Amino acid sequence: MKSIQAIQEEIVTEFELYDDWMDKYNYLIELSRDLPLIDTKLKVKENLIHGCQSKVWLNAEFRDGMLNFTADSDAIITKGIISLLIRVLSNKTASDVMHADLWFIDRIGLRENLSPTRSNGLLAMIKQMKLYALAYHTREQQKEGTRDMRLGTSERHN
Amino acid sequence: MNYDVHRIRRDFPILEQRVYNKPLVYLDNGATTQKPLPVIDCIYDYYTKKNSSIHRGVHYLSEQATEDYEAARRTVQSFLHAAQPHEIIFTAGTTSSINGLAFSFGERYVHPGDEILITEMEHHANIVPWQMMCERKAAILKVIPFTDEGVLDMNQFENLITSKTRLISVTHISNALGTVNPVNTIIQKAHTFNIPVLVDGAQSVQHYPVDVQQLDCDFFVFSGHKIYGPTGIGVLFGKEKWLEELPPFQGGGDMVDVVTFQNTTYNALPYKMEAGTPNYIGAIGLACALNYLTATGLENIMHHEQALLTYGTGLLNDLDYITLFGQAKAKSSILSFNILGVHHLDAGMIMDKMGVAVRTGTHCAQPVMQHYGIEGTIRASLAMYNTADELDLLVRAIQKVKTMFA
Repeated sequence: MKSIQAIQEEIVTEFELYDDWMDKYNYLIELSRDLPLIDTKLKVKENLIHGCQSKVWLNAEFRDGMLNFTADSDAIITKGIISLLIRVLSNKTASDVMHADLWFIDRIGLRENLSPTRSNGLLAMIKQMKLYALAYHTREQQKEGTRDMRLGTSERHN
Repeated sequence: MNYDVHRIRRDFPILEQRVYNKPLVYLDNGATTQKPLPVIDCIYDYYTKKNSSIHRGVHYLSEQATEDYEAARRTVQSFLHAAQPHEIIFTAGTTSSINGLAFSFGERYVHPGDEILITEMEHHANIVPWQMMCERKAAILKVIPFTDEGVLDMNQFENLITSKTRLISVTHISNALGTVNPVNTIIQKAHTFNIPVLVDGAQSVQHYPVDVQQLDCDFFVFSGHKIYGPTGIGVLFGKEKWLEELPPFQGGGDMVDVVTFQNTTYNALPYKMEAGTPNYIGAIGLACALNYLTATGLENIMHHEQALLTYGTGLLNDLDYITLFGQAKAKSSILSFNILGVHHLDAGMIMDKMGVAVRTGTHCAQPVMQHYGIEGTIRASLAMYNTADELDLLVRAIQKVKTMFA
């Protein structure tokens, strides 16, 4: 499994091929097709991310200690951007996602899309992904906590 | 017509720049307009040589600033053809004008069960303040619908007036559709029932000569930054008889006569409506902008922009994959459209990279989008400095978008 760092470096190398903005956007359009699509049944209001001018649905699943994201959007460039985010943050531990420093956004020139009021809501997407990570992380810790407590109880019984 | 748009463009230094190495095509004037040199110079000059708080000091600078501020009020008065200078209240903008008025009007005149009438094509600034007031006063907000062409349904309008209607608030020109509303007819009809009318001029004063006495509107509001002036300054015009009766919407500063801890008596108009240190440099900058428009001639500007609108509408109608929203006969300066099969946000981002600045989304008028069942549109909005060449570049950008996403 590639690390968050390694994937970001990979993306930066890919984008270095394009110095023209149109080519970068064309590449984002291409990437939009790689987006792991959210199950149609999950395209509900609860999974909509607020703060985007386009609609973005995001879902996270936690399997075998790893977070996996699926998403969709009605705007293509937004789909391309979220497909990059998912490529970096999917199949990672909750803790890794929570602490991820997403420097690739700056390096490939998407930083201007990062300001909180920008209509494509890149910041809102990242925030939502990290919130999912935090939620799963907290749940894991609670589970561990409960296990520890049970152990403690049984120890006392012994 | 003697209208040299290229000479006018030289007065707007920001227009000369290139973005992403492309000439800037600024078509987001409905959101805000660029500022001509006289306005920029005036603000620079003021902070450099004249700045001082008004209505306070007995010293030289303060008196100069007070005079300039009051001269700015008279400039606005003459621009709107208001009867009295004290009918001009400086505010922070259209939004603050409507919010203030909705509060004061509600306190003074609105009782449970009363009705406020607005239209389906208002921007949020002419919806939400009335909703808030209606909630406070247990009053009811009613809405005049528009047809799919983007024209107010005037039959419905007449049916919606009742003995409970306390005020009608209507946009002069729709920011999302460009429709010029028949405010004359609305005001005349309303006045036969003694109902006052507020005209929201945020999208009209910069395009048309406005005469509030001829219109006979009771209130008129607009923003400085949409009429080539500074941000953070706006105007609430109100007929003297209303403003005299209305309570102030904010307290503090110069708006008082006598203050004790038991009671406060208010200052005379317009000061009772201008609490706190006013944005006097904003007002003075706005006056510079209005003088600039008057010197250029609003009639000339109107003809130039109408010609551009006709040209642009023709260009867009030639593209069979464009849907144009707002097909009213009386229309001004706004081309609101979608490209078949392309999300407006995708389009806007690509157009941006081609140097074309447009607005995408709901334009703070979500009910208009709900009317058409759409998420948003692309809006190109024109100003006095736009050219036919720029509209050609707009079309080239649209064509590029279409090839990228088709």
